[in-house]
Amino acid sequence: MSVLLETSGVRKAYGEFVALDEVSLTVSDGEVLSIVGPNGAGKSTLVNVLTGLLKPTLGTVRFKGHDIAGVGPVMLARRGMARAFQLVHIFPALTVGETIAVAAISQTGRARRVFSSVMKDAELADRVREVAAIFGLDGKLATQSQFLSQGEKKLLDIASAFALKPEVILLDEPTSGVSSADKHGIMRTLMEASKRAGVKAIILVEHDMDLVAEYSSRIVALQGGRVLADRAPRDFFNDPEIVAAIVGKMGPRHVRAA
Amino acid sequence: MRALLVVAAIAALVALPSVVSPYYVTVILPAVAYAIALLGFNLLFGYTGLLSFGHALFVAIGGYSAAVLSAKLGVKSFELVLLISAAVSVLVAIPVALLSVRYVRIFFGILTLAFGMLFHSFLFKFYDLTGGDTGLRVLRPSLFGREFADMDKTTFLVGPFYYYCVALLVVLGFIMWRIVHSPFGLHLMAAREHPRKAEYLGVRVRFVRFLAFLVSAFYCAIGGVILAINTGQADPELAYWTHSGDLVFMTVLGGFASFFGPIVGAFSFVALKGELMGLTGYWRFVLGVVLVIMVVLFPRGLVGVGQQVWAKVRPR
Repeated sequence: MSVLLETSGVRKAYGEFVALDEVSLTVSDGEVLSIVGPNGAGKSTLVNVLTGLLKPTLGTVRFKGHDIAGVGPVMLARRGMARAFQLVHIFPALTVGETIAVAAISQTGRARRVFSSVMKDAELADRVREVAAIFGLDGKLATQSQFLSQGEKKLLDIASAFALKPEVILLDEPTSGVSSADKHGIMRTLMEASKRAGVKAIILVEHDMDLVAEYSSRIVALQGGRVLADRAPRDFFNDPEIVAAIVGKMGPRHVRAA
Repeated sequence: MRALLVVAAIAALVALPSVVSPYYVTVILPAVAYAIALLGFNLLFGYTGLLSFGHALFVAIGGYSAAVLSAKLGVKSFELVLLISAAVSVLVAIPVALLSVRYVRIFFGILTLAFGMLFHSFLFKFYDLTGGDTGLRVLRPSLFGREFADMDKTTFLVGPFYYYCVALLVVLGFIMWRIVHSPFGLHLMAAREHPRKAEYLGVRVRFVRFLAFLVSAFYCAIGGVILAINTGQADPELAYWTHSGDLVFMTVLGGFASFFGPIVGAFSFVALKGELMGLTGYWRFVLGVVLVIMVVLFPRGLVGVGQQVWAKVRPR
């Protein structure tokens, strides 16, 4: 199991306020790593550091051996890491096919082509259809994104990230805004899609402890900007102290009947 | 259907000089120039989502370059004048774009406006180079090495020069069509729709904006060269901010959401202005009213109106 993503001694401070301190963690091939913690624990900051958006004050962030501290989204995509946001981000006036094509163009190095036609590019069209099919969007390729249902928009947002053919994908609350009945459906689609798209590791930021317990292979719990625990789900949920510290603070509806 | 309309429009432009008076052709010639300039302007406005209030700057650079090249340096060839003027415009656009594309919306608009006004005052102050408020003379160029010395000015303008410019519009229009339908064009639109999301999908947002800006400067300069040759004069009015406003007006009038909108806007504006100026001294007021009506009732411009009408009447 090779290490794909690694942080070591990461500290992020905003003036006096320390958002992250001494955070060291790894993400390896085949893992689904969940990052959990109460609000204000530093999850968002960690996610932004892991995706190269924020440069840590101290410490290193390496992805496949490359330093990615603060490299920014474009370089991150080129290195093979994708990110889907908690809030749905779409291109309202672009069609489903065009949206996926935006990522496929970046991934296949077509971005410099100024005169060739997107429409007549059979290879690109195949890539777009392939990704759309994984998410059940292949029947809507010509639909403008703004006319999709909320659930379809969410799927398209994630599908476009998958079109980058990432090795690691970071999913920030992928089921937020989705009814609890559909949450498992979305998660199963995501897990299946990851396998089919050749994603090697998933980083999941999730509040719903049921989903965390069911889909993670490892859980990193943050508290006050520090790593409180880094364990397999079974060890995590069997430790009353950890559960009290993390799950307890996240409110009763997140407590899993153990 | 669209292809049919394009062919019909080109045919109409080619037939125009044999149907209407030479005077009317000289009225329409600026519309051809504006159509070319606006193709570039709308790559930035419609496709990239950056509204510039200073693009008359690049039209003026086209005009003044043509003046300096033809009257001061003795360059006769229209092809050379076009290429060099466009190259100068792109060179000037590089620093302007580098600064401007860091901003969006009103900040981008104000910054481009400022650059436009800066150039306008430069034209006034550096009298020796620019001729101040009287501007510079622009001499008649040769087309493909032919001078047409036997023709008087109007015959030349409404004859060979007009056809040359229509051909330029068709060629540059075709190139722009390819650009907006290319992978690069799609990345531009993604950057317009949601810059942050676009970045996470690997779009180099600032870089594609920068390139779009340079292309727009290229097209605007070509339009400026034609305008200046048509009037035989490059004067500071070309760079004045109201001229930048005209570019915005024409694009909105035709419809910035459509590829052909700016072209339709250029011809409608020039025709409308020509008619109004003959009728009333308050033609700017009337144009303003038209703009208000368009923005409030028909935000997709004349092309949008056409599409709505066609959707109602088309055979099913």
